[in-house]
Amino acid sequence: MEIVKPDHLQELITSFANKDVYIHLETTNGSYAGHFKEGFFNAGAFIRNVVVNFELGKVAGDSPHRVGLKLPSGWIYAQGITHYTVDVHGRLLMAGLEAEGKLAVALEISETPFTY
Amino acid sequence: MIKKERHVLVIFPHPDDEAFGVSGTISIYREMGVPVTYACLTLGEMGRNLGNPAFANRETLPQIRKAELQKACKAMGLDDLRMMGLRDKTIEFEDDEKMIQLVTDLIEETNPSLVISFYPGLSVHPDHDASARAVVRAIRRMTESERPVLHTIAFAHNTAEVLGEPDVINEVSTVSDKKIATLNAHASQTVWMMREMEKKLQENDPEAIQRLLYERFYTYQWDKDFE
Repeated sequence: MEIVKPDHLQELITSFANKDVYIHLETTNGSYAGHFKEGFFNAGAFIRNVVVNFELGKVAGDSPHRVGLKLPSGWIYAQGITHYTVDVHGRLLMAGLEAEGKLAVALEISETPFTY
Repeated sequence: MIKKERHVLVIFPHPDDEAFGVSGTISIYREMGVPVTYACLTLGEMGRNLGNPAFANRETLPQIRKAELQKACKAMGLDDLRMMGLRDKTIEFEDDEKMIQLVTDLIEETNPSLVISFYPGLSVHPDHDASARAVVRAIRRMTESERPVLHTIAFAHNTAEVLGEPDVINEVSTVSDKKIATLNAHASQTVWMMREMEKKLQENDPEAIQRLLYERFYTYQWDKDFE
């Protein structure tokens, strides 16, 4: 993955608009957060292979960026996106990596289903 | 002193769960000629270490960790690795009965005299606790005289309050090179920690030496069942 170039990422996101696409969205502090730091409120969310059709997608802000997808009757967004790549399957993989390389957030868009 | 077993069945949810606390014990069993089956439930798909610069992404990580797991098994001399195909961080949401059946099938096939897994409720990660529940429930259903011994790992902060001190302590110094090779095999998860550990070992840090050379287990007590 490379550090986000906003203009390029914007083009890529737009290329998935108005199509049925599979989404992976994840936020995480890691399962050990509460173990290493007593009293830490560990929250996160995960969806994978949910199909949506967004009409408008935007990259916003300086790095770490926010990425939002406007759906016909709803929204998806991710905050903290720093890295991206298009993989060999043509899937757009975006992630927010902390300084030491730990993933904190991921948003991925694909025309084909992700694995299990 | 580690005694010879008929067959050892190790059940953990993530590649590398075996590395810190069990890889020495597994290596010793293999050197004794004891068959060891390692059922690894997931490929650690949701691991957070991707590196910066990134060496992996969310979709390539499972294949990297699979190769690491295979390399780790080779380091331990373990030749019966089962990758069970579940997804990281979802074990507790699977059907409980399906999980019990998964363990039951493994036990019926391998007929172990010893099973090694986590202790339910004292293993910190939800996948650890969920795997442990399935293991305990599957063995509990067996006729008492046919049950394999169950050695568990527990490392929650309140472990000593609940279970006291571990009753099984395996000294694994004869295979410390294999243990270090196993830890290094899981590079995507351990490379930072190993740098630290090797430094501590060079300085003869007693805690690091203890951690490397001794593996600790609680024999599951059926008269003090967790549920």
